[in-house]
Amino acid sequence: MKAEGMPNHTTPLDEINPRQGQTQLCMKVFVQRDYSDGTTVRFQTLFPSELEGKLDKGAFLYTVNQLNANFAEAEKGSCSTYCEGCLACITAYLMYICSETHYEKCLRKVAKFVAEQNERVYMPRGLLLTNPVDRGLRVIEISILDQPMVART
Amino acid sequence: MVTNPDNFQHGDYSGVPVEDNSTHAEAKMTLPTHVTRKWELFPGRNRFWCDGRIMMAPQTSVFFVTVSLICVTSTLFFYFDCPYLTIHLSPAIPAVGGFLFLFVMAALLRTSFSDPGVIPRATSHEAAYIEKQIEVPNSANSLMYRPPPRTKEVMVKGQPVKLKYCFTCKIFRPPRASHCSLCDNCVERFDHHCPWVGNCVGRRNYRYFYMFIVSLAFLCVFILTCSVTHLILITKEDKIFFEAVRESPTSIIVVIVCFFSVWSIIGLAGFHTYLVSSNQTTNEDIKGSFTSKRGQSNFNPYSQGNVCSNCCHVLCGPVPPSLIDRRALVTDMSEYQQQESGVGGMGAGEGGANQQPNTVTTNNRSYGATCPPHHESPSGNGLNAQLGCNLATTTSTENISMSPPSLHAAPISIATSSCNNPAPHMVAPIHHGAASIPLSTPSINGSDTSSIRANAGAATNEGGALYESAPLAPKMDLSDLDLDDLDEVMIGVMTSSPPPSTSSANQLSASRLRLLQDTTMIESALDLDSLEESCTSSVGAGSQAGLIRRADLMTS
Repeated sequence: MKAEGMPNHTTPLDEINPRQGQTQLCMKVFVQRDYSDGTTVRFQTLFPSELEGKLDKGAFLYTVNQLNANFAEAEKGSCSTYCEGCLACITAYLMYICSETHYEKCLRKVAKFVAEQNERVYMPRGLLLTNPVDRGLRVIEISILDQPMVART
Repeated sequence: MVTNPDNFQHGDYSGVPVEDNSTHAEAKMTLPTHVTRKWELFPGRNRFWCDGRIMMAPQTSVFFVTVSLICVTSTLFFYFDCPYLTIHLSPAIPAVGGFLFLFVMAALLRTSFSDPGVIPRATSHEAAYIEKQIEVPNSANSLMYRPPPRTKEVMVKGQPVKLKYCFTCKIFRPPRASHCSLCDNCVERFDHHCPWVGNCVGRRNYRYFYMFIVSLAFLCVFILTCSVTHLILITKEDKIFFEAVRESPTSIIVVIVCFFSVWSIIGLAGFHTYLVSSNQTTNEDIKGSFTSKRGQSNFNPYSQGNVCSNCCHVLCGPVPPSLIDRRALVTDMSEYQQQESGVGGMGAGEGGANQQPNTVTTNNRSYGATCPPHHESPSGNGLNAQLGCNLATTTSTENISMSPPSLHAAPISIATSSCNNPAPHMVAPIHHGAASIPLSTPSINGSDTSSIRANAGAATNEGGALYESAPLAPKMDLSDLDLDDLDEVMIGVMTSSPPPSTSSANQLSASRLRLLQDTTMIESALDLDSLEESCTSSVGAGSQAGLIRRADLMTS
């Protein structure tokens, strides 16, 4: 009971981020959270102007909408998640040590989706999508790999 | 705010990241002996145990009081009262008591040892991006630099919610999040910092906390009634009450302890039941975020609609993941270093540094780390010097070199090594402001310079960890490190060196003002976090007013 259980989302995220060193110096675009529907994880579908000409608007919308859908599913209060919560409570939360929660399963799905999108859409265009979980679910970070970071004036 | 110094320099050069190479080399050196996990580089003040599995607040002494109070009282009950009650009443009593006790301890440890929902700090890129987004476009020739607004209003289900900028975490705090000044983190759905459980109570551990409070209330009432019953049963065996107490003295101790704690616990449980049923946090309830003000109707936009679904959602809803991912291996060391340098003096993290002094990376944070409150800082000059450190990094990146290089021929350099972790090679040598003022500003009259010299001398004497060393940093000629001297420095500079063109002077002053504002903002941020919502605006206005005053002073 001392431990937090298994580490929540271990390393799949780390393996997916290739060329990590390169992303340090390039320009980055951040898609911010959309709080209009409460504190559930949703991202704005506003197309960032920096990506104009680099990425198809439809592809961007598809990515964001898919991510939003995944997170909505993770945070949805369905019967099964409530049962899971109740069961964990009855077992004095010892259940979390040995079983994976619904949310963690959804995060796995998100990580897979991000990796797949990177491979199919973003990397060929010189972009890199970062899993929002790595950025504290605050932003979707899109790195423009071939564009150096511009210094602020 | 403070943009990453490395980036600009690398951008200027051929794009070969010099620093990064050395970083990787260090990482390689440390890897075979020690695997660096993210908790070791965690910028907050939290303490970690068991290789990052356990996460607690920096002060945990009250937590041990809680644990020992519960354990001692329960042990006395189980050892002295239970045998009698089992024989005379029912064997169910120790069974129920045991179950309650285990549940209470499980919930308590779960609350204390888990991540309350810490929001990781922004990377330097993200911070710069936010800064760019909120920057107010002001005309180039306007002298006054207008600071960008530090709040952002969003609509949550039709209800306007103000998001405040967190100067420590470099983010706009999400709705319901708040910065815990004790742990130095922003916590999602922040409820309160509970010293009794030795942790913040936030989104991820609120349900454990609630279960702990409720089950503890039950346990307390149960033990109280059982002990009283024990005493009454003894009294019934034709003995007076005094005899009964003498026969079972521990019962009366247990009764007293339980009697005094049960009221507060029941009150707390009731209060939190109300909060759960209305889906509020203690923080919001105290601030009155959802009460109607000045005739404006106000409602809780986070409520699920009715009491039942609120309870379900808060207590049994999906558990969000821990965003800091503290057990993960550090793959990208440079990011952390950038973050560290970006955060600068505000880091104040020492939790990991104390425990793992042998790692290179944890030493990294030692520079610029403000002394944690339980350490006494070596001198009053400490904070200023650290702010100066911040300033120095900023100025070096922006390359505002004003005085000719020959002017700082023999500067006194003062290194601010943090009091708990002196790592001289990591510490950026800082030229004390006052030391080079006389050199760069010959037009200042004698009395002024002498007073400044005296100032410098006093500072050198006061500082515990100050020493002279050869200056390592190439461009540290900007010397406005001591905030008190800043005005004089500015005036001196303006008067001594007639600027080649007024526009450049304006630019200069604007950038200087920004530096000043950065520091003052940081300074006020220290207070901001602990202040209530109503006060923050006035504090912000105060610092801005100070800026304007200084700007006026400059122009005159």
